[in-house]
Amino acid sequence: MSVLVGKTAQAPAFPIAAKTALANDQLRHNVHNATGIIRAKRALRVEEMPDWQQLRQAASEIKAHTLAHLDHYLIQFERNCEKAGGKVHWARDAAEANAIAIEIIRAYSAQHNPDAPAEAPVEVIKVKTMTSDEVQMNVALEHAGITPYETDLADMIVQMGHDEPSHIVVPALHKNRFEVREIFREKMNLPELGDRPTDLTDAARHYLREKFLRVKIGVSGANFAVAETGAVCVVESEGNGRMCVTLPDLLISLIGIEKIVPTFQDLEVFLQLLPRSATGERMNPYNSFWTGVAPGDGPQAFHVILLDNGRTSLLHDERERETLACIRCGACLNACPVYRETGGHAYGSIYSGPIGAILSPQLQSLQHSRSLPYASSLCGACYEVCPVKINIPETLIHLRGKIVREDQRTLLGMVAPENVAMKVVGKVFLNHHRYEAAQRMARLGQRVFERNGQLADLPGLAGAWTRSRDLRPVPQQSFRDWWRSRPAEASAARSIEVKA
Amino acid sequence: MGESSLRISLFVACYNDTLFPETGIAVTHVLERLGHTVEFPIEQTCCGQMHYNTGYHVEAVPLVRRFVKMFGDAEAVCVPSASCVAMMREHYELIAERANDVTFLADVRSLLPRVFEFSELLVNRLRTVDVGASFPHRVTYHPSCHSLRMLHVGDAPVRLLRAVRGLDFVALPQEEQCCGFGGTFAVKNADVSVAMLGEKNNEIAKTEAEVVTALDNSCLMQIYGGLHRHGSAVRTMHLAEILASTSEEQAGSEEQAGSEEQAGSEAPAGEPA
Repeated sequence: MSVLVGKTAQAPAFPIAAKTALANDQLRHNVHNATGIIRAKRALRVEEMPDWQQLRQAASEIKAHTLAHLDHYLIQFERNCEKAGGKVHWARDAAEANAIAIEIIRAYSAQHNPDAPAEAPVEVIKVKTMTSDEVQMNVALEHAGITPYETDLADMIVQMGHDEPSHIVVPALHKNRFEVREIFREKMNLPELGDRPTDLTDAARHYLREKFLRVKIGVSGANFAVAETGAVCVVESEGNGRMCVTLPDLLISLIGIEKIVPTFQDLEVFLQLLPRSATGERMNPYNSFWTGVAPGDGPQAFHVILLDNGRTSLLHDERERETLACIRCGACLNACPVYRETGGHAYGSIYSGPIGAILSPQLQSLQHSRSLPYASSLCGACYEVCPVKINIPETLIHLRGKIVREDQRTLLGMVAPENVAMKVVGKVFLNHHRYEAAQRMARLGQRVFERNGQLADLPGLAGAWTRSRDLRPVPQQSFRDWWRSRPAEASAARSIEVKA
Repeated sequence: MGESSLRISLFVACYNDTLFPETGIAVTHVLERLGHTVEFPIEQTCCGQMHYNTGYHVEAVPLVRRFVKMFGDAEAVCVPSASCVAMMREHYELIAERANDVTFLADVRSLLPRVFEFSELLVNRLRTVDVGASFPHRVTYHPSCHSLRMLHVGDAPVRLLRAVRGLDFVALPQEEQCCGFGGTFAVKNADVSVAMLGEKNNEIAKTEAEVVTALDNSCLMQIYGGLHRHGSAVRTMHLAEILASTSEEQAGSEEQAGSEEQAGSEAPAGEPA
């Protein structure tokens, strides 16, 4: 088994990628603008809910329960989905998921176009599935001679621009409409296209309708899969998803195993939390549910691919398991001051922002995305807005701990300057005489770095501070020096000796 | 004043002790002025936050044990650093649980309710809002993330500021935005940290405040770093320093402010980050 999460294996470390992003003024402007709008809308729609905190708590408990009994609910889902005429496949990793999808598509094509030559083009329409980006399904499909068309407007923009999604909910958030127009002009061959929103949506509608009416195979993701009934649910704003899951003859839904909810009634909680958190809407304009196959109505063949791809490795630890509660609303991205500076690409993963910083490294057992748990100031804004109460800061600290302990087991990690410094400082703090000696050394040692009353060009990691920020030198008298210098009667407690 | 005299143990925090002694001095003055006894256990060092938040969990444990042992008997512990208190409240129990040591865990549970961030101590424990301070300056307040989202201090610091004679309080736009400090984040992700700081300082400039205050000198160190680098005359002061100011002391602090400003004006004004 080999876990694949987008292109994380080739991604540069976050601080390096962030530098590039920070230098791109247009990108920063677009990201600031878009996240600002969504945040304001979300705040409005959350404020009007008297029971928001209770909803969050309920969602958190439903998810915790489901994840603790995932084996039970997955099998229940499989049974009910197949009873209703669906076919459930299990994929351990990305390669298996893609192989299953390709096999289903080829079998369908062979059956429905038996006379077509083997190399005849096979096409599929797709709707919003982050999970298919996770397993890089488009790459696999193209490799197998199958042409995928993304039909979610933003995904289509990303696909046409040979770009990567930069946001979980709004994948083309980093592009403004002028940039989108340029992509459409070239890819749709519309040199005269205007840049008004109506021009762009008209062009997209025209382009996509032809696909919806012609292509007979659909691939979707899922927001929820209901164990009790075997139903699959996708929520969206455009209606293109509705087209994708109703018009084709064959529908394949790729579903991460954590998307299971036990009962249909559980959706009452999530369908209130998700739209308000994601786009600041009271309700999604399109909420599509389907259960198996209905003869004569909708796709006549329905396959579900249940994907593990590293998810089960998070189940044994309660803190890690909580990450799988994510319903991909993207609220933490919009709230995150780091994401708002850099946008999503700096994270090197299709899962960006705070949730990406914990999800990407965990899915891959910390093999990749190791810089992401440090891409946070631990400000807690993500946890505050999370509709399922994932304690992201706590998980970031947990992952930092794992990374440090892993590194300390290697020779290189042991002698790394940060590790040595932390070990030494830790020892210094265990004895106040040593600590006071260190204070005196700092006062002496800083002299060579003093310029105009500030510390400048400090060595090592501290240099990252002084490069763009000033720093007052360590004062000659510490607080404890002052305390000791006070007259004895100033404080009766002065001579208190502590027993540590 | 709703409380009789308390024996208050000051945990000043290692970085305040070393880099911002004026904060500890101010805390001492305010509490003594209110009639309480301040103790300073001289063997104190660090709460373990830097190690813990950076992932050095094993290394943080003896520091946590040390803190708990040292302050175990305190009537009340005052900490002029919201992030240290957040470290204690968010992580000490977990650390003790993981250590599989029931005595340690019991000691943590017994101590935590007696630990207060400085403004919490004044408003929640001592039930005091007016501490008799005077500070005739325009002041804005940056709610540090840990005080805002972990300690939930709410409007306690602003109520304290509003009770100060002569103080012209001005709210900070987008106040809940992180300043970009984040402990080792400030150096590990220095570019992003500085970009966040730039936004914070732009908002501070809009307030036209003379002084920006907070409950954490760590944030103020970051804010100062940006302000001073770009030649701003806005000063940074811990809340305790404002509350320690009295009308008798005005002359002295004015003089100090003058020399600070001069140092600032020497630095070339650069482009905002």
